[in-house]
Amino acid sequence: MNTALALPAAPVGLQRRISDLLYTRRGLLLLALLAPPLLWFGVVYLGSLLALLANAFFGLDDFTGQVVREFTLKNFVDLAEPANLDVARRSITMAVVVTLASVLLGFPLAYYMARYATGAQKAVLYIAVMLPLWSSYLVRLYAWKLLLAREGAISWLAQHTHTSWLLDALLSLPAIGGPSLSFSAIGTFLVFVYMWLPFMVLPIQAAVERIPGSYIEASGDLGAGPTMTFFKVILPLALPGIAAGSIFTFSLTLGDYIIPQVIGDSTLYIGQVVYKQQGVAGNVPFAAAFSLVPIVVIGIYLWFAKRMGAFDAL
Amino acid sequence: MRSSWGLKTAAWSVVAFLHVPLALIILYAFSAEDKSYVFPPPALTTQWFGVAWLREDVWAAIELSFRVALVATAIALLLGTLAAAALARAKFFGRDAISLLLILPIALPGVISGIALRSAFGTMHIPFSFWTIVIGHATFCVVVVFNNAVARLRRLNPNLIEASMDLGADGFQTLRYILLPQLGSALLAGALLAFALSFDEVIVTTFTAGQQTTLPIWMLQELIRPRQRPVTNVVAVVIIALTFIPILGAYWLTRADEPVHR
Repeated sequence: MNTALALPAAPVGLQRRISDLLYTRRGLLLLALLAPPLLWFGVVYLGSLLALLANAFFGLDDFTGQVVREFTLKNFVDLAEPANLDVARRSITMAVVVTLASVLLGFPLAYYMARYATGAQKAVLYIAVMLPLWSSYLVRLYAWKLLLAREGAISWLAQHTHTSWLLDALLSLPAIGGPSLSFSAIGTFLVFVYMWLPFMVLPIQAAVERIPGSYIEASGDLGAGPTMTFFKVILPLALPGIAAGSIFTFSLTLGDYIIPQVIGDSTLYIGQVVYKQQGVAGNVPFAAAFSLVPIVVIGIYLWFAKRMGAFDAL
Repeated sequence: MRSSWGLKTAAWSVVAFLHVPLALIILYAFSAEDKSYVFPPPALTTQWFGVAWLREDVWAAIELSFRVALVATAIALLLGTLAAAALARAKFFGRDAISLLLILPIALPGVISGIALRSAFGTMHIPFSFWTIVIGHATFCVVVVFNNAVARLRRLNPNLIEASMDLGADGFQTLRYILLPQLGSALLAGALLAFALSFDEVIVTTFTAGQQTTLPIWMLQELIRPRQRPVTNVVAVVIIALTFIPILGAYWLTRADEPVHR
């Protein structure tokens, strides 16, 4: 061919040789691409998780307060104390209730976004859900401190709508009430729901968006009313989205230690115990053992979620 | 199709639930009351913006957060892009395990990642420093860049790469002239979101910062033990502004791709 003659047999540059090598040997290219992120995650993240696991089996010297690197199961025996079981039970209950409330509040919005909103309205709604999801966690928590304070906006609203009696009745409930909303379990619950709601809305919206409109028409044509269509067609098909969202609401509630510290009746949640044990008490081994509780609970939860098809909706 | 009034009202009520608290923050930044959170504010003033401007502890916290976010974003950008390039199209054994590993730092509760890093630093006798914060932040920011880059790579026409090679470009030229221009806005969006995420992160940071004060840690201290409430109100508004800009920018850059998820 002419081109072969026209091109002088220039010495092939190093760049070209590396390039050709990587292009023809795809495995090598893959390895070169993956090595840095895998090294980082393998060493920094998996390494840390292993260190956590190892620490859970270490003990603390009673005199010096130093970590003793000898195998012991003492931390796990301590975990079974009633006070600690109580913390775990309270955290898991809160995570379940918050998840249910997020589904109830999130579903109508997600459904409306997926099936009715179009054009600019849809974009506005999407941004309205996405902004709180990404924007400052602490500022949004702070906003609730303002809202729930005794002299704050909710009390003011209750006074002006003559519903203070309702608020007082709520606060006088045993176990979940308290002197004011910002010092009650109701307050903690409200803030949790507010914080994690966007994580529920987006996956449900994605799941509902994938339901073909013809399914719903077919259901109507076959004689089902709106209620029956909802429970027999829409809800089952949206379930993977709900399960995906619930992974976030459940896991985030279970691991949070800042919200119950700022808003709530000073009873402890798992995250707070972990934080206190490693910080003030300096007992990293016990903190490590306690942090395995949410990992195990979330592991079980993920297994259920997987069976409901949650990972296809992520 | 028409929606029922009930559904429409419910949907917009939830949107209001999500946004009224943020609006309230902005209102309180102008409140003249400095002892309590009384609503409605008795009078409005802009004086607290001036007071906050002169606070050196606030500036120091902003500077530290800014530097941490910049470095963490740079690391995340590199690692996230590499991982995306490897995983976007290739199918190989262990692929799902690697994507799971990338998601893990944000899927597991922050308190677990935090205590894990802390016990690793403790076990290795690494003292807390600027870099211990950065290591934590970079780890959970990678997935953000990764998600954006993967979404864009999957939308790219693979024939473009073949065509570039057929026309004589080597792999690096193809990367420079074909891939990067196409990827650019997705990477920028990923970087913006990673920056916002790092700038705002508090849970992992409390475990890796030691005595250092990032802006969220400053905010947390004020939440637990308020010192000067009006200054906190002003800083809250500043944080809202500083995080909304990159988030909206990222949305605008990737609005044609799949929706950005965490």
